[in-house]
Amino acid sequence: MPRRLLGLLLVLPALAVIVLLFILPLVMSAVGAFEVEGAFGWGNFAKTFDLYTKDIVFSVVIIALSTGLIGIASIAIGGYLTLGEHPVAVAILRFLYRWPMFIPFIVVGQILRTFLAKNGMMNNTFISFGLLTPIEAQSFLDWRGIVIAFVWKQTPFVALLVAGAMASVNRDTIEAARNLGASRLRVLIEILVPQVAMTLTVGLILSFVTMMSVLSVPLMINAQSPTMLTADIAFRVNSYGDYGVANALGLVSLVLASSVAWIYLRASLKERA
Amino acid sequence: MTASIETVRRNPLAALWWVPRGIVFGLMAFFIFGPLFNMLLWTVAEKWYFPYSFPLEYGFGSWAKVFAPRGGALESLTNSLIVALLTVVVSLLLAIPAGYALARLKLPLRGLILLAFLIPQAFPNLTVYVNVARIFYEIGLNGTIPGVVLVHVSHGLVYAVWIATAAFSAIDVELEQAARNIGAGAMRTFLDVTLPLAAPGLMASAIFVFLESLDEFTGSYFVGAPDVNMLPLLLYTAGAGGNYQIASITALLLLVPSLVFMAVVERFLKADVLSRVGH
Repeated sequence: MPRRLLGLLLVLPALAVIVLLFILPLVMSAVGAFEVEGAFGWGNFAKTFDLYTKDIVFSVVIIALSTGLIGIASIAIGGYLTLGEHPVAVAILRFLYRWPMFIPFIVVGQILRTFLAKNGMMNNTFISFGLLTPIEAQSFLDWRGIVIAFVWKQTPFVALLVAGAMASVNRDTIEAARNLGASRLRVLIEILVPQVAMTLTVGLILSFVTMMSVLSVPLMINAQSPTMLTADIAFRVNSYGDYGVANALGLVSLVLASSVAWIYLRASLKERA
Repeated sequence: MTASIETVRRNPLAALWWVPRGIVFGLMAFFIFGPLFNMLLWTVAEKWYFPYSFPLEYGFGSWAKVFAPRGGALESLTNSLIVALLTVVVSLLLAIPAGYALARLKLPLRGLILLAFLIPQAFPNLTVYVNVARIFYEIGLNGTIPGVVLVHVSHGLVYAVWIATAAFSAIDVELEQAARNIGAGAMRTFLDVTLPLAAPGLMASAIFVFLESLDEFTGSYFVGAPDVNMLPLLLYTAGAGGNYQIASITALLLLVPSLVFMAVVERFLKADVLSRVGH
């Protein structure tokens, strides 16, 4: 048997699973979004934008804000791991920052729900340190809770990628800049970040898409209106069996995610040209 | 270490840096371990209500409730483990031939094939699961363990295939050629030389697939519930019903394997394999 054919034959079963269980349903959802009672039309989208425009904007703002915060936090962590001068401090940070990465989203939702509640541990600790009075204590289980959950869970992953990329940046440039009197912050912003920009973007895009598809966090932290698109899709299917609008909402989130990936592809093509 | 001692000598005030460091690290530790500690408290809280910062009574009453025959946790735990193990077996059966082909044989469009396995991770997958549930409903797979396994396989395959490919390509081709030269057949060479050498990498991919399956919520929610109960679903329903003790115990059950496996995964995933992932 020719080796090419053998290779394809070995890959085929695995590829078939992806095609049948992911690509086919994805196409179904795109087609289903335009299907209204057996005919094709824009009806589902009219209904979607009529009912859920607020939630679409809410989702985009929440996820964009979370992505921005994750970016800043992971640059700070990666930067300190690379430029930090005290080995003990660097070791402490290296030990600390990774923990949330290993924790499943559903668990993140549960533990932050108890932590951020009005009488949760965060407020209780602030009250016992005298930073807050019991009357001022408020629940963070709204949009802020979702942002905190996303940043909490996704920062270690992006920071791990960024720190890895920063570690492979040529040390000589950094030493030279330091010897010429550049502060560590300046070295970070002007030398390290530009050189790891691609890794950072990849990490942030993967996080963006992950956050677009997480259902458990919005369900557990903030299921009231306005909420995330994922919670709306689940509600549409479970309460109304309305696959048309659910698919239209799915297509909207797909377009949002792909437009972010598109920005990345254009940037990477420009860099190579 | 020498660098830091020199810094301290140069600048006696350097120790003062521990003040801002302590504050930042302390806050980080509070926000990272606080929620986890809070969860641990809930698992042993018998009585805990506003405005008390700590439980009023401790005990293992909720544990007894969770593990009672009617508690549902044992059923969910068994289902979760069965599904996760089957997902690992199916994923590896698919990924070992695919990974070997991608690593060793000349394939047209190799890059595109590798990328195809990333698709389930790179698109918002909620609407996909909704439609998978519809297909499965038609063919009688909805609400069955094989149905849930198939959904988990499609999602975990990227780890299985990518790491298996990296594990196979990290093996020296000359070892295989040596076996062939002394008369071993292709299959014999693969089973006696290639597969044992790739075993640590394959073990690492099995761990990733196992965890991915154990923690998966969305697919199980649409395809499995309410017939196949799994731990994440139990956690969700207990939490939604305001039963924080049971939700926290379930959360702990999900958390422990993740932490244990992640602690040992570095032993299986060596740098030579790691640097080849995705290439």
